[in-house]
Amino acid sequence: MIYRTIKGSLLTVFALAIIIPCSIVIMGAFKTDLKIISEPLALPESWNVDNFKRLIDSGSVYTPAKNSLIVAFFSVFITLSLASLAAFAISRLITVTGKVLFVLFSVGLAIPGQVNIIPIYLLFVDLGLTNSLTGLVLVNIALTLPISIFIITAFFRDLPKEMFEVAGIDGAGPWRIYRSIALPLSRPAIGATGIFLFVICWNDLLYPLMLITREDKKTLPLTLIDFRGEYLTEYSMIYTAILVASLPMVIMYIAFQRSFIAGLTQGAVKG
Amino acid sequence: MRKSKNMIRRGESKVLLLMALPAFSIYAVLYLYPALSNLLWATRRWDGNPESEPETVGFRNFTYMFSNDDVFIQSLGNNFRFMLLVVIFQTGFSLLFATYLTKNTRTTIFLRTLYFFPTILSSVSVGLIWLALYDPNYGFINASFKALGFESLALNWLGDSRYALYALAVTQVWFHTGQMMVIYVAGLQQIPQELYEAAQVDGASRWQQFKHVTWPMVLPTTAVVVAYTTIQTFRAFDLVYTMTNGGPLNSTEIIVTLIYRNAFFGYQYGYAAAQTVVLVVVVLSITWLQRRTLRLDYGVK
Repeated sequence: MIYRTIKGSLLTVFALAIIIPCSIVIMGAFKTDLKIISEPLALPESWNVDNFKRLIDSGSVYTPAKNSLIVAFFSVFITLSLASLAAFAISRLITVTGKVLFVLFSVGLAIPGQVNIIPIYLLFVDLGLTNSLTGLVLVNIALTLPISIFIITAFFRDLPKEMFEVAGIDGAGPWRIYRSIALPLSRPAIGATGIFLFVICWNDLLYPLMLITREDKKTLPLTLIDFRGEYLTEYSMIYTAILVASLPMVIMYIAFQRSFIAGLTQGAVKG
Repeated sequence: MRKSKNMIRRGESKVLLLMALPAFSIYAVLYLYPALSNLLWATRRWDGNPESEPETVGFRNFTYMFSNDDVFIQSLGNNFRFMLLVVIFQTGFSLLFATYLTKNTRTTIFLRTLYFFPTILSSVSVGLIWLALYDPNYGFINASFKALGFESLALNWLGDSRYALYALAVTQVWFHTGQMMVIYVAGLQQIPQELYEAAQVDGASRWQQFKHVTWPMVLPTTAVVVAYTTIQTFRAFDLVYTMTNGGPLNSTEIIVTLIYRNAFFGYQYGYAAAQTVVLVVVVLSITWLQRRTLRLDYGVK
């Protein structure tokens, strides 16, 4: 009895700890600053979209959202393509080279990515890749390749070998086996990895902060950081901006819950 | 016959190597090379001015760091305290909730999905949300304390150097407990139900069942959770930068935020590079120690 009560109340408390802040943000986006402070938990009097209009008129939504989308899409797409190719090669290569490759990529898992902050910055200044979305895409690819290769290689190794061997006897080359057998079979694993990568790239702050200073190249997290200074305690604007910046993730989370949770935890377990 | 088969194999490995080549090139140029050149930068002094030449100073960056740089020592200490707090509470809560939510029912799946939710938000969004919650005058936390009659608890959570690091730890735990819980749930679901049944037949209490069945069985998962949480606390740049930017009085300065400040505001690129080397050594040694301890424990059982 006591056990059940404790269990129930702990679960409720943590559920509320998540629901309350989120509802303050969601409802705050439809309220005035005065109402946010006086009645943070009350439903807004009407679902008026003044805050959203003001946010869009300030010109700080469209460009960063577009930039974030471009960076995340290309980073994920290229990383997945390169990683699945490399993972296929590593899982199929029986030679020493295959093992060496795998070890080299694993080094990237052992070294935390931050070790590269300074040299990447200096390198990108030299190459003229600061203030460039291409630069951000390149950084994302380099940082996420090791973990992606690790996850996908593990998946390929678990596939029954016979399937590849039969195809090999039938005369299919590595390319053919990769495209017609390995890729279709690994769609769930690659999808989950893709979600994991997308969340990382969409949310990253450190590298954009280092590499981007021009207004027209900023990503959403950078714009949100600017909002902190610009609107200080004007919470209606801050909440609206948070809501807009998080909405794509929230919708995807609701639609693909399972792959999301799988993707974001396999990243943790394998990493 | 054998010869021709070998030839096919050889041709095949060439194609396979070609498939790995693009990934490897990018990785070599933008990960391995920078990581190695960082070691070189760590032995230099340079203000980033293209007119001036980097000056080689050997190990002086490191000796200075540990003998004269109080802020660095403080940030090292902060980072350890932050790690301990988050590892203890995040691991504890995630294991507790996971034991409550191991079974798959509609309620448990809903709660798991809800608890996991913060993980998908960006650190910046989470930081801004908690900045608002902690607001000393208008924030929800202090408003609740006042409404409930605990006026004395309505503190300036992020603005007071005594509490700021704890306030950040609370946010971090809120942020990632759900993610670690899901890892635990996967681990707990692997434990054979018969073990619990046998324990119940022997009249084991809930606590005894946890101590003698759950804990030893879930130890490998704990090793993963603790290692991942530790790494998270050493790269909590985004959250700290958003919420306190290291302040007040450096009380929430962690190693990464200090590196960022030294490099991009102090223009001490060599010195900052040396600090990243220390960061990597610290993270690798801690995770190695943890793995060893948890494995040893596991071996004893």
